[in-house]
Amino acid sequence: MLLGLIRPVIFNIYRVIFLTQTTLVLIGTVLLGITAGLVGTFAYLRRRALAGDVIAHAALPGLCLAFLLTQSRSIGVLLTGALIAGVAGAFAMSLLRHVTRLREDAILGTVLSIAYGLGIALTRTIQNDYRNERGADLESFIIGRAATMLRGDVLQIAVAAIACGIVVLIIYKELKLLSFDESFCRVQGWPASGLDLLLMFLTAVTVIAGLPAVGVVLTAALLIIPAAAARFWTDRLSLMMAVSAGIGGVSGASGTLLSARMDQMPTGPLIVLSASALFVVSWMLAPNRGWLWNRDRSDKELMTAEILRSEPSDHAEAKP
Amino acid sequence: MNAFPLFAEQISVPFEIVWVWIADCLGESRLAVENAAGTLLVSALCAAACALVGCFLLLRRMSLLGDALSHSVLAGVAAVYLITGSIEPVPMFLGALAAGIVTAVATQFIHRTGSVPEDSSIGIVFTSMFAFGVVVVSQATGVHLDLDCVLFGDVAFAGMNFTPTLGWLLPEAIRTLVPALVITLLFLLLCWKELRLTSFDATHAATLGFSVSVMHYLMTTVVAMVTVSAMEVVGLLVVALLTVPACVARMLTDRLGRMLWIAVMVGISCTTLGYFLALRWNSSAAGLMAVVAGAELALVIMLAPRYGFLVRLRRSIQLRVRIAAEDVLAGLFRRMEAAGTAVSQSTSDCHRLAGNGLVSYMAIRWLGQRGLLETSAGMAKLSNKGRRYAQGLVRSHRLWESWLNLNFDLDPDHLHDPAEAMEHYIGPSVQRQLEVDLQQPNADPHGREIPDVPG
Repeated sequence: MLLGLIRPVIFNIYRVIFLTQTTLVLIGTVLLGITAGLVGTFAYLRRRALAGDVIAHAALPGLCLAFLLTQSRSIGVLLTGALIAGVAGAFAMSLLRHVTRLREDAILGTVLSIAYGLGIALTRTIQNDYRNERGADLESFIIGRAATMLRGDVLQIAVAAIACGIVVLIIYKELKLLSFDESFCRVQGWPASGLDLLLMFLTAVTVIAGLPAVGVVLTAALLIIPAAAARFWTDRLSLMMAVSAGIGGVSGASGTLLSARMDQMPTGPLIVLSASALFVVSWMLAPNRGWLWNRDRSDKELMTAEILRSEPSDHAEAKP
Repeated sequence: MNAFPLFAEQISVPFEIVWVWIADCLGESRLAVENAAGTLLVSALCAAACALVGCFLLLRRMSLLGDALSHSVLAGVAAVYLITGSIEPVPMFLGALAAGIVTAVATQFIHRTGSVPEDSSIGIVFTSMFAFGVVVVSQATGVHLDLDCVLFGDVAFAGMNFTPTLGWLLPEAIRTLVPALVITLLFLLLCWKELRLTSFDATHAATLGFSVSVMHYLMTTVVAMVTVSAMEVVGLLVVALLTVPACVARMLTDRLGRMLWIAVMVGISCTTLGYFLALRWNSSAAGLMAVVAGAELALVIMLAPRYGFLVRLRRSIQLRVRIAAEDVLAGLFRRMEAAGTAVSQSTSDCHRLAGNGLVSYMAIRWLGQRGLLETSAGMAKLSNKGRRYAQGLVRSHRLWESWLNLNFDLDPDHLHDPAEAMEHYIGPSVQRQLEVDLQQPNADPHGREIPDVPG
């Protein structure tokens, strides 16, 4: 009977491994999830979670312009355009922060919506002008269409994701310092603004690498949700990164597998939903910080517990 | 569009004449004019409602809520479809509204119970709900549930779907937009005082006994309602209509009432211009509305009369020029003091006193224009007026040094630099006050005489 239960599972694993398209997409999304988990940890701790969202939206006009300028459908060219536009969006945000009296939330909303509007207008124009030539399929970048990724696409995304992950691991110590105590980092002589820029760039690359699979509207979720979920489990940065990368990878895998099993299921939203499910589990069950553990405690007790827990035993590990 | 004959039967003759006249003038068909008018009306209503609530979102630092609501609405529509299996407009609208409220509540709940930062909790909630919506919509076969409408907006069709309303044939979206606008206006009128108080100073409002959280949730409900009804027309780009006009208005004014008016005007101008550009370029009207809004914002950021970049740049250059010029005056005055008599200095010396560079040229010109400095043949000399001006400056400088010396435990050689900075900002009234505090001093801490008030 046990064998009977296991057999379909084994069969499915067998099928998944040897069906090349699904395997390809699976590799891509898992790598993406892991990198997004790593980079997202820092974005989350630096309160930059929604900057990823803005970068993703800002990337859309970049994709369109790259297509219009080069007439190429190669994913490398398109994503390069997207990366340039995304970084430009991030710069626009910091420029607005310096020269206007608008506050952070308004700036995020403005840059995001204007860039998305421009992207939509360009997409529509391209779609109208190139109707007979399959319109470069730019619209697939809005919601993402992992199922149609080609081998080359996956390879390029994988390279970008791995590079990002490696950079994060190499400058782990510096990023840690930056995330927890920026002024200390500055005083110690580290180039804090340079590191900050680098982190922004890594965020941009991760977001852009996620566009083909998850799409403009949802990529930011890959940065935010695994990191926020991992925060429930631990107070240690290294562990948090590991958990976050794990959650990212698992959601990438489960989203891809679910969408492969069902017809017409979009991959991106399923990846996001898997991550959300893991977030809810963490939020409920995680020891100490989870909701179930604190259900009976009043707000005041919770606050006290929070303060006690964050009492720094080791300076660098203190809560931000 | 076969709606037109119906429309013509029901509408009164003067309207008919106007339509025909406009159509003739533009050389378009009556149908096209009618569509354009319907679309413009619908999008203007959208813009007005969004701009009104957008201003309050901006002031309450909740602009991202609009973004979140516009995404999570899809989940409400999807949930209603899953439960009822149909796409009747009324349940859909209610579901979307419920989803909006759920978003706001869930965001706060995760933020509070999980100590997740607020922006992250917004990000978590709306992306999850949107993902759920997309999954359900992608599975909805055989029913017209259109994801594209949410993603791209449907402005072009909003003016075409005419349905009989109260005996008139009007664009369908009006049936939700007009009530939404009316409710928003009523809400603003009835809760004007409370809204203003809680938006600008929540703590003060709370101490006065107003419930800040009740206002928060009322506001959220109204925003959800406006967002849902506007989304039928402009899709996700409702965010642009919520945030950008409010930002433009914020750059232009400090008064709440005026801000609302400006935001409404900006919103309507964006939708109108965006629509015509979309017709011209054969592109998405909702997208171009956001682009036009962005252009208006950029314009205002550069040119706003008080907070604009150019005005502030001009003001800061003026200040720098004045400071450089005053440095020249004070420097010349000190040399005159040391020599005991009026001396001429070479202009290059003056430039050095002003710190050289472009600013120094502007400073020397500034001095010449005001008759403070007399230049001839490469030499410069203080005029009488200039001497009086410089005397005031040096007086400020030395009074400030004395005052610092009296009140702070600073070494004498640390007194000059702060005084060098402050001398440009001390006017006659502060001088008098300093004099009183110091009990009519004669000399500064370095033993130099403090000059009298210039006569």
